[in-house]
Amino acid sequence: MKLKELESCLQQVDTFEEPKILLEQYPTSPHIAACMLYTIHNTFGDIDGKLVADLGCGCGVLSLGAAMLDAGLCVGFDIDSDALDIFRRNAEEFEIPSLDLIQCDLCCLNAEVYANRFDTVIMNPPFGTKHNQGMDMKFLRAALTMAETAVYSLHKTSTREHIQKKAKDWGVKMEVIAELRYDLPASYKFHKKKSVNL
Amino acid sequence: MKLLTHNMLTSHVKGVTKGYPLLIKATEVKVNQLDFNPQFVSRMIPKLEWGALVQAAEDLGYRQDLPGELIADYEQNEEFLKKVHRVLLEVEVMEGCLKCPESGREFPITKGIPNMLLNEDDA
Ligand SMILES: C[S@@+](CC[C@H](N)C(=O)[O-])C[C@H]1O[C@@H](n2cnc3c(N)ncnc32)[C@H](O)[C@@H]1O
Repeated sequence: MKLKELESCLQQVDTFEEPKILLEQYPTSPHIAACMLYTIHNTFGDIDGKLVADLGCGCGVLSLGAAMLDAGLCVGFDIDSDALDIFRRNAEEFEIPSLDLIQCDLCCLNAEVYANRFDTVIMNPPFGTKHNQGMDMKFLRAALTMAETAVYSLHKTSTREHIQKKAKDWGVKMEVIAELRYDLPASYKFHKKKSVNL
Repeated sequence: MKLLTHNMLTSHVKGVTKGYPLLIKATEVKVNQLDFNPQFVSRMIPKLEWGALVQAAEDLGYRQDLPGELIADYEQNEEFLKKVHRVLLEVEVMEGCLKCPESGREFPITKGIPNMLLNEDDA
């Protein structure tokens, strides 16, 4: 599938009907989602035939894209049943069977039980606001535990230094893959070093 | 909920030490056809809790003749991989619930989505 094709498919994905601000429900734009997934697929080979998790999957634009790029299975995690309902309808409309969903709170998830069960984690996590500071880092921590190979995540440029420091503390290698224009979040890759015990 | 997903799910009810595997009580099960990818299935097998998978398949009536113990050299065995593919990825629980083996707490499955959220008392 070509990048253009992927993007135009993702343009047809329905998004939040009544976004919940507390849950930071804004969708990844089809353009960013397509570019991000295409790079993960083409440059790093981390989607095709892989078990992928999408943390805070919302209405599923990242998961659907991953499934279109032939992920073995993509499992979406989200706390909100309205978002998951839209996700489910999207999956039905696109007739994509290689998706599965779990409703859960990623803040109190014991990620250890999923340790290394997934090949790849993709996500556009909540950045964390006044009410839920550090959400992005909680998601990242969980993602790094769950993924065996790599985590791909969107973050605000302003948090880069903080993330860099954390990545070092956690013993993972971080790479900035793309800086997205218009003050949109930058995309990062976290590569797990095999020898490191996370 | 597919059985590959079920194979990873655990109950986190407070005080529970072994919330695995969750017992499936299904009222509606569907089989959704999905392209067979032998490499993917082979790669998933060593990460599975094999016993939990076979039990889940059995409970849903889709065990076929899958053995209780994982066989050797399954990578070469296409027939076996196809059966595993079917139970891992094609059989889906649409309605029912998952029951924590220790606390008995039930997690509903609605329209194929298990709800693992806990209320404040058991979190
Ligand atoms: C920025 S949106 C991204 C949505 C979607 N992944 C996308 O790219 O379009 C963040 C998502 O995280 C979910 N979320 C927020 N807090 C959560 C929590 N504690 N546990 C699980 N999901 C949560 C929200 O419901 C929302 O769908």
